[in-house]
Amino acid sequence: MKLGFLVDLNLCMGCKGCEIACKVENEVPLSTWRLRVKYIDLGTFPDTRRSFTPLRCNHCESAPCERICPVSALHYLENGIVNIDSDRCIGCAGCMMACPYGAIYMDPETNTADKCTYCAHRIESGMMPACVVACPVEANIFGDLEDDSSNISLYIMEHKGAVQVRKPEKHTTPTHFYVGGGNQTLNPLAHQRIEGYNLFNNITHLDHVGDKNHGILDRFLAPFVGHEKRDNKSFIESATSAESHEEEGGH
Amino acid sequence: MVESTIHATQAVVTLDVPIQGIVWGSIITVNMWAKSIGTGVVFLAAFLWFRHNKEDMPNLKWAMPIIAFIALNVFLFFTLIDLHQPYRMIHIFTHPHWTSSITVGAWLASIFLVLVSILMFIGVGEKFPGVPFKGCLLTKFGRKNSFLYEKIFPFLVFLAIPVTTYTAIIMAQSAARELWQAPTEVMQMMWAALMAGSAALIFISGSWSKEARKDLALILAISTFFSFAMYMSEYFFSFKSSEAEAVLEFVHVGGSYSIQFWIGLTLGFIIPFFIAVGNMKSDNQTLLKFAALFALIGLFLVKDVWLKIPQLLPLS
Repeated sequence: MKLGFLVDLNLCMGCKGCEIACKVENEVPLSTWRLRVKYIDLGTFPDTRRSFTPLRCNHCESAPCERICPVSALHYLENGIVNIDSDRCIGCAGCMMACPYGAIYMDPETNTADKCTYCAHRIESGMMPACVVACPVEANIFGDLEDDSSNISLYIMEHKGAVQVRKPEKHTTPTHFYVGGGNQTLNPLAHQRIEGYNLFNNITHLDHVGDKNHGILDRFLAPFVGHEKRDNKSFIESATSAESHEEEGGH
Repeated sequence: MVESTIHATQAVVTLDVPIQGIVWGSIITVNMWAKSIGTGVVFLAAFLWFRHNKEDMPNLKWAMPIIAFIALNVFLFFTLIDLHQPYRMIHIFTHPHWTSSITVGAWLASIFLVLVSILMFIGVGEKFPGVPFKGCLLTKFGRKNSFLYEKIFPFLVFLAIPVTTYTAIIMAQSAARELWQAPTEVMQMMWAALMAGSAALIFISGSWSKEARKDLALILAISTFFSFAMYMSEYFFSFKSSEAEAVLEFVHVGGSYSIQFWIGLTLGFIIPFFIAVGNMKSDNQTLLKFAALFALIGLFLVKDVWLKIPQLLPLS
């Protein structure tokens, strides 16, 4: 069995239902995302259109993150999922440097790397990933790539020639496919991030990796003195009291 | 004409989450910089002992392992504090994943440090019998086993090569950062080690023969020249891929890291090169020490830029 994912961008309407479902299902902390939907505006007024691109881990067959992980925290499951064992992760961030898709983040609660696992826990119980269930237009198609009669295999065969992966030149062999995508939506260098063009201004870089209130000294002391319990309220308070990170590269 | 009325290539992100900023920052720069010193002094010691009598460099036997020991501990300390779960560093030894150059490097560097420590105990034990205190078992062990120094040293030199270069393999495995995917990174690490090693030894070369010091200046000149040349080739060959081209915009004119990059290159490569070349004729120790200091500072600045700029690119 080799599980794979396909997103038909022609169907996606950018409702972000999958993003929210993922957040809830996997209790993804604030300031981090396993799955996100990016809006890209194409063309110039009045000839414009908006494209929506859901982005998640590509579960590559030749995953650079799995290769660079020094302790096998990132590992393959038998069904092809690239899974992560947060109890083993040492937080070196090597996987974040290796993933060409920027799909891995440092969980601010556990201070370990984390990412989309195709909801491995749900699949184990015979359920579909949360994002697939939440999608109102069935733009997310999930299934066994080795089964010719699975939905995803049929979809790929039906759209052959139009099925794409992100950054094929990296030779990572992703098991995550797109239909209806183009260079402008799938290549991050083909679109610009211009301040003032955003629906919400100040789309910036994250100003910290992992928990910003968990400095170097805290990393050593945490096992002995405990770790301040973080909740949404405290996250919002620390975010609003923090200085803008715009001058450090936000654009 | 449609191409002039519609900007077919105009694509702007209008909604997205904040993207990752710099993940490996200056802590990792210190890590690489200190490792260059730690392995570089070993290469230089081998070269100098091959070319000169031991009497020409009377303090090299004990000072070299001390410098390497301090530098390697700085390197390992900064590796440790960069981990988000520092106590789990032990997992590298209990659950090693051998395809990872981080794992291979950690093992090699640890073995390297053990060997350097033995040399240090021997060198210090012989030279300073009462240091750190009378009856110290480690220096006593060193004194009793001083024959080990010459037996271990060749292995240490051999081991210094992968310890120096494994960082380039880590960078190569960082598949997301196109700028680091060049085979030249391996040579860049070697030049950095020779540069840092010669610069570090210049500070303790006051009592050495002029000829030995001249060799230090020669290595500093050669390493700064070739390292500079390699950075320049990267700088001008930016068209090798669109990602590398976009990354190098940060150091090209007007780029946010161009000032730090050029200060680093001027201070650490251009100025030390000319001082070192001049010093091969006139033995000016003060000037040479300034060249060494500049080289170490400049190397840090340039390495810092090279580490950070590929991380500024959005990956998705």
